[in-house]
Amino acid sequence: MSMSATIILRDQEFEIKAGQTVRSALRKLEIPNEAVLATRQGELLTDDEIIERNDVIKLISVISGG
Amino acid sequence: MNCRKCDQKAVINMRQHKLGLCKTHFLQWLPQQTERFITKYKMFSRADKILVAVSGGKDSLALWDILNEAGYQADGLYIGLGIDGGLNYSGKSLRFSQKFAEARGLKLHTVDIQHEYGSSIPEIAERTPKGVEKPCAVCGVSKRNIMNRVARQHGYDVLATGHNLDDEAAILFSNTMLWLGNYLQRQGPVLEAAHPGLVRKVKPLFRFYERETAAYALLRGINYIYEECPFSIGAKSIYYKEILNRMEADRPGAKLIFYLSFLRARELGLFAEPQRTTSELAACPNCGQPTASPDLCAFCRMVAA
Repeated sequence: MSMSATIILRDQEFEIKAGQTVRSALRKLEIPNEAVLATRQGELLTDDEIIERNDVIKLISVISGG
Repeated sequence: MNCRKCDQKAVINMRQHKLGLCKTHFLQWLPQQTERFITKYKMFSRADKILVAVSGGKDSLALWDILNEAGYQADGLYIGLGIDGGLNYSGKSLRFSQKFAEARGLKLHTVDIQHEYGSSIPEIAERTPKGVEKPCAVCGVSKRNIMNRVARQHGYDVLATGHNLDDEAAILFSNTMLWLGNYLQRQGPVLEAAHPGLVRKVKPLFRFYERETAAYALLRGINYIYEECPFSIGAKSIYYKEILNRMEADRPGAKLIFYLSFLRARELGLFAEPQRTTSELAACPNCGQPTASPDLCAFCRMVAA
């Protein structure tokens, strides 16, 4: 049984271990927390939220230029 | 994490305020705070006619939404820059802005640079020395000229832009790196009209982090252009934002303190008045807008190049 989950940022997909917090997963992927919003099934998540098995966490990039 | 105001699950944690809020309370908090800063910085009142510069992005549409919901008289201005970048960037941005306005019955002015001036921003950028190096500088000059012209033509009292705290802190960082005294003296949430031909400019979202305006847009169901302007890839402003976010990660509130401390220092007179006085501004012989140049203004020079 897979214990993994997926994080998606734009066109990149990362397989990560389930059971950790959003904050911990972002840190391991070296994605700054301040630069993204994490969502699961369209719902916004705070970074202390535990990522469950088979979750798909979609990150919304919030940094814009110009 | 639970909401500070109720037992619901928080959807956002604003570490700089030590404040986690649920959807309902965040959607109340952000407009209330906006109202607070509009009043505190004397930006405008409900009697004023406001022109909101909209790009189709999260910040400007969030701002227009907040002002409209709060009962302000706010119309929109969309400037078509003619940027394609393989993704029809300007075309998409226009559609997001139009759909937003139509759904709420709001008035949207549109100016298409290519149609009105014969060249798109990428074309103007290619043939001017400034633009070849920095297309964003050409874009900034053009937008400022057109925003001011439209605001004056239609009798708006104030021009509102969707700049957030990350935008402001990045500009401040950039100006500080070069110690650009004149720019530092003028940077702030309210830019008073320094000449009868200039319209006042305000930035009602200047106290919010970028992820808060994005969260507001998302939670309000506002559809905005998610793709970045193709010219902004590798832009200095993004580089500075990344640096500031690294500081923020270690010290929550670092960005906010950086900017607010600057405003306080400016108020206390740390920066000298700009040397240029309003009497030195003259009307551009082509477009009639105030300029420090003895001849054509920067925008008309670029268009004519």
